[in-house]
Amino acid sequence: MVGEIKVEGVVKRFQQQNAEEVIALSGIDLRIETGEFVSLIGPSGCGKSTLLRLIAGLNGADEGKLYIDEEEIKKPSYERGLVFQDPMLFPWLSVYDNVAFGLKARNIYKANHMEVQKFIDLVGLSDFSRSYPHQLSGGMAQRASLARALVNHPKVLLLDEPLGALDAFTRMNMQDELIRIWKERGTTMIMVTHDVDEAIYLSDRVIVMTPRPAKIERCIEVQLARPRARNNPEFLSLRSKILEILHFTGTVAEPNYYL
Amino acid sequence: MKKLNAWLPVLSAILAILVDYGVGNIDKHMPAKHPYFMYLLVVLLGAFTIIALLSYFNPKAKEWIEDRSLFIAATILFLNVINIVTKKLGLLPVIFFPTLDKIISIIVEDRDFLALCLGSSGKLLFTGYFFGAIAGFATGIAVGFSNSANYWISPLIRILGPIPATAWIPLVLISFPTTFTASAFLIALSVWFPTTVMTSSGIFNVRNAYFEVSSTLGAGKYYQIFMVGVPAAMPHMFIGLFNGTCASFITLMTAEMLGVKNGIGWYINWQKEMMAYANVYAGLIIIAVTFSILITLLFKVRDNVLVWQKGVIKW
Repeated sequence: MVGEIKVEGVVKRFQQQNAEEVIALSGIDLRIETGEFVSLIGPSGCGKSTLLRLIAGLNGADEGKLYIDEEEIKKPSYERGLVFQDPMLFPWLSVYDNVAFGLKARNIYKANHMEVQKFIDLVGLSDFSRSYPHQLSGGMAQRASLARALVNHPKVLLLDEPLGALDAFTRMNMQDELIRIWKERGTTMIMVTHDVDEAIYLSDRVIVMTPRPAKIERCIEVQLARPRARNNPEFLSLRSKILEILHFTGTVAEPNYYL
Repeated sequence: MKKLNAWLPVLSAILAILVDYGVGNIDKHMPAKHPYFMYLLVVLLGAFTIIALLSYFNPKAKEWIEDRSLFIAATILFLNVINIVTKKLGLLPVIFFPTLDKIISIIVEDRDFLALCLGSSGKLLFTGYFFGAIAGFATGIAVGFSNSANYWISPLIRILGPIPATAWIPLVLISFPTTFTASAFLIALSVWFPTTVMTSSGIFNVRNAYFEVSSTLGAGKYYQIFMVGVPAAMPHMFIGLFNGTCASFITLMTAEMLGVKNGIGWYINWQKEMMAYANVYAGLIIIAVTFSILITLLFKVRDNVLVWQKGVIKW
């Protein structure tokens, strides 16, 4: 098995319009095991999406290094598939051609064209392979973009709030879908989310990040058997624990009274 | 009224036939060899009678004719009015406003020469358009994707682009070996500018996330340019091509004054100088029909290429 991610002392700064520097990530150390499902959670501005983009190789770190299977990450690669909140399907291609894009781009479509239909079936879009993206609902489009990333057999799948734009019911269905795919493929998954429930429901480990300075506040192991129940007492206690961490380290002032 | 809808063109044609047959001609006009306008009306009458009858059986024909019947009837009525004003009453100066018979007779009797003119205009137009469009795409893509091309070429486009192609005539005439190449170059230039500008602006407007996604899917630089950037910019490119087409028509008409041997623009100009206004109108009608067919073709191609755009944007 492959797909181990190592992040060592990564610092990322952004220049703002007024030439002020914003520290998007200050000294991140993180190790994600092969086949692990990890969620990055935290308020806006805590650098979780930035971290994901660095792992994808879309941006470079200012300090520190990132590795996949001991190899330094320098540029984007099909080994690290990426799914955004917006499905970003290519609107000029049908669902089939969207999914086939990676294989064609890597010039291995001829030998592997059976894979395309297989992954379309895997995400349950068998009847829509000839449709264009504008004909799909939000949930279907997100499934298609998942299939598009998976067809490359990435070692790691990076998910940037993949379910953020979906309604509550579609969202819960898609969460189960993600778990099913993850179990079936054993791909390492790293997901950015705003949703504490989603993070606990899906992940082996929830990484709680805080803004200013943008760093990892705590890593919380979720040792619950799958399938998980959202109303399990342990689930709820983890939930309040995470909420507590987020609450007390944010900008919210401590209450000025004592009981 | 509603029931008669499909028959409106037929009624209008019958009215025009009655007028042309029943009302006496004024003898200021040179008569044409044949009553061509009457022939045209009879053809129209026959065609629209068949369509009106068809509309009772075929829902498609019914829809088609009911959508257009009022417009067609009005058009025939307009021709009828022109006929009355010219041939019947001679209200307009005879030399500038010949009879419809005369205009149609030119199209019919002069058809060989008109076809020859149309052919040479077509050759000139397509040569210029082809090279202009190719050059436009190439420059647009280069400017859109390469920083150094953008740095060096963009100012050039901004300065040279807005100059009307025809303003180059003095320079072009001395730089090209033949008038054909000179004219073709002018047309190419007029197509090149809008195509370049719209192609590059289309590429600049492609959401960066498309390139990011494609790079995480394993696409290399050139694959990204041609399989992501170009298709995403395609709607803009078609706007550029469309503007280029209109500009090329204008340039064609002017370029044909550079001493070509024949051509439809040249024909009109020549006939105007001969004061043969029936021929001028015949030429104009042919240009209108040809150009509108070309534009329709371009729209058809666009609809096919941009089928994915249905429901996204329309122009």
